[in-house]
Amino acid sequence: MSTKNILITGVGGQGTILASKLLTNGLIEAGYDVKMSEVHGMSQREGPVLTHVRYGDKVYSPIVEKRKADLIMGFEELEVLRNLDYLRDDGKGIVIFNRVRVNPIGVQMGKDKYPTNGEELIRERAGKLIALDGQAEARKLGNPRVMNIILLGVLIRELGLEEIDWNRIIAENVKEKFVPLNQQALRVGLNLE
Amino acid sequence: MKQLITGDEAIARGAWEAGVRFAAGYPGTPSTEILENTSTYPEIHSEWAPNEKTALESVIGASIAGARSLAAMKHVGLNVAADPFFTFAYIGVNAGAVIISADEPGQFSSQNEQDNRNYAKAAMVPMFEPADSQECKDMLIEAYEISEKHDIPVLLRMTTRVCHSKSMVELGDRAEVPIKPYVKNIQKYVAVPAYARLMKVKIQQNFELLKEFSNNCQWNRAEYGDTEIGIICSGDCYLYTREVFGDGASYLKLGFTNPLPDQLIRDFASKVEKIYIIEENDPYLEQHVRALGIQCDGKNLFPRNGEMTPEVIRRVVFGEQYPLEEQLQKVVVPRPPTLCAGCPHRGFFYELGKRKKVMISGDIGCYTLASGAPYNAMDSTVCMGASISLGHGAQQVFDMVVGEKPRVVSVIGDSTFFHTGINSLLDAAYNRSNLITVVLDNRITAMTGQQENPGSGYTIAREVTEAVNIESLARAMGIKNVRTINPNQLAEVNEALDWALDMDEQTVIITRWPCALKKQSPWDLEEFQGAFTETYFVDEAVCIGCRKCTRTGCPAVVFQFEKKKSSIDPDKCVGCSVCAQVCPVQAIQKVEA
Repeated sequence: MSTKNILITGVGGQGTILASKLLTNGLIEAGYDVKMSEVHGMSQREGPVLTHVRYGDKVYSPIVEKRKADLIMGFEELEVLRNLDYLRDDGKGIVIFNRVRVNPIGVQMGKDKYPTNGEELIRERAGKLIALDGQAEARKLGNPRVMNIILLGVLIRELGLEEIDWNRIIAENVKEKFVPLNQQALRVGLNLE
Repeated sequence: MKQLITGDEAIARGAWEAGVRFAAGYPGTPSTEILENTSTYPEIHSEWAPNEKTALESVIGASIAGARSLAAMKHVGLNVAADPFFTFAYIGVNAGAVIISADEPGQFSSQNEQDNRNYAKAAMVPMFEPADSQECKDMLIEAYEISEKHDIPVLLRMTTRVCHSKSMVELGDRAEVPIKPYVKNIQKYVAVPAYARLMKVKIQQNFELLKEFSNNCQWNRAEYGDTEIGIICSGDCYLYTREVFGDGASYLKLGFTNPLPDQLIRDFASKVEKIYIIEENDPYLEQHVRALGIQCDGKNLFPRNGEMTPEVIRRVVFGEQYPLEEQLQKVVVPRPPTLCAGCPHRGFFYELGKRKKVMISGDIGCYTLASGAPYNAMDSTVCMGASISLGHGAQQVFDMVVGEKPRVVSVIGDSTFFHTGINSLLDAAYNRSNLITVVLDNRITAMTGQQENPGSGYTIAREVTEAVNIESLARAMGIKNVRTINPNQLAEVNEALDWALDMDEQTVIITRWPCALKKQSPWDLEEFQGAFTETYFVDEAVCIGCRKCTRTGCPAVVFQFEKKKSSIDPDKCVGCSVCAQVCPVQAIQKVEA
């Protein structure tokens, strides 16, 4: 198969790193060659986080090129917009995003304006857009932090990767007491309308 | 067994497999995780050193004493360690020694973009350039063989993408390499002119032998596809070019790059039509290829700055230009990193930034973020430790100006102070400076992700050790005006600044409060009682919407534009109270438990 290109993006603390760790471990299980690259130097300081994941028979470069991403999963609206030009522009790109806005410092101070037409722009570019209030879904499970895993469930479904034993991948990579919650969150994502 | 790991993790694993027993370094993106990972192997004694120079010197000692050893640092760290680096090449090793240099094409987290391959060339030290995690591990293991066979330290040059990208690695077992006996050998280890002249001759002879290796080793190889285009590349550029050209080109993939393989290069050049040299940063390969009399294209086409991503290569070679996505460009606003909620630097810089007639001499750490809005509280930043000595020099000149002279306030973090700031403070103290030095002591090395340091009371292995007392250190240098304050208390900050600015003498102010992200030690908990346990809220009935609180730059303070009222995110607020102190109407109150 040709190499698939995925981007996962968000703001520090939203669980980008865990989501990509689970995804890549699952892809390895499935026998793919996998490469992943992270830019996370400032992630603890409210900065943006961007993870590149590439998988296929043989992967060379660890970074996704602009206009070549098959799927962008974003945990924050502005960060999806920031990276939207990575999405393939042949109308076949998929965007899964969490309808949440985290104001950058410039917006908070009234210097910048948070884009108002973000979702519109994403819809224009994406072949398929799945936008959801991930935190609300996660809150139903009792913990808004598993938003990332719910979205990961959606991603798995969209990429047709349901055959992989994700429950085991979660069990191997998440703190024991959070395993059932994360497994439940993944199921929610897999079955989301 | 195969595992998906980063280049940094692969280096640590390779060190373990190669039988390394001693590793030292100083944290610096993108090299930090190397030492963090070696420290998880009980067989490797790992240490955070105060700086890269002392790290490398301890590695030289470990090598002389007979143990395979490793030094890891970011590119600019090798500048600090350059002094021992050059002479280490002269004296050579007993057990193998490797220095990792993690370079930063694209400058994700660095003050410059220097290409440390030039160090290998200048010191005549053999060099490897891995492309992925497997090569990181394999090349490191081979580097120890080379180091011992040729009696010379080896440089392994990584880049950010190699350090931080994950790819599959086949794991192996540890080779039990015994500690070699130490033999006193004055002619070998004492670099005085008489012996060092002989050492230089030895290095040159060695270099000729290493050329043989370079031409014949597995790390330098030609891969032939279409021969119309021939690409010569090293490190991760091989992956990028492969991605772009596939089998539509031939490749000379270089992994051992000092000395370079002349025969291999000539042979490759004779078999391909047009040659591109594709490399990040400097024309290191290109200059060599051109010196061999081979025509090629390199930096005449490709940029010398930034990463050599597939996009850049496509743009240069095929002219593939994408129009900027105008609508996106218009609406996407920046998200710069900020000081965290509860960061002890906030209160201090909020006040310092308001002072007039001061030059703020900055340094390297989280607090460099104070150079941006809303603080704009920094005038200069050069390198680790420079805040104090640069500030001292500036103050000497300001003092020559007649009239109301500017005062210099040098700001430096605890870890940076231990790194090279101590020397700088000694410069200022010795030369009777009237500098104001502020040591921003947040009890940890924060910028690179919470590493222990000589002031934190722990080693990298979380063993308890002595914590250096900065106040006593300053006094021991003869500085009489030394104060320690709580930077979250704005009145205390202002009082200390007034005190220092009113005096025409050298002063040292230590702001002592832990980083909001720090895992607090038992003595932190005792000293900073109640820290990070409270939250504040905005009483909307009282708030007048003046937005003074937002000017503290705290990410927990959110202004609701539609309501014209401030609010505080209770999930982020950790109760530093700086916003409450700046509120003119006491609308910000503590949440009572």
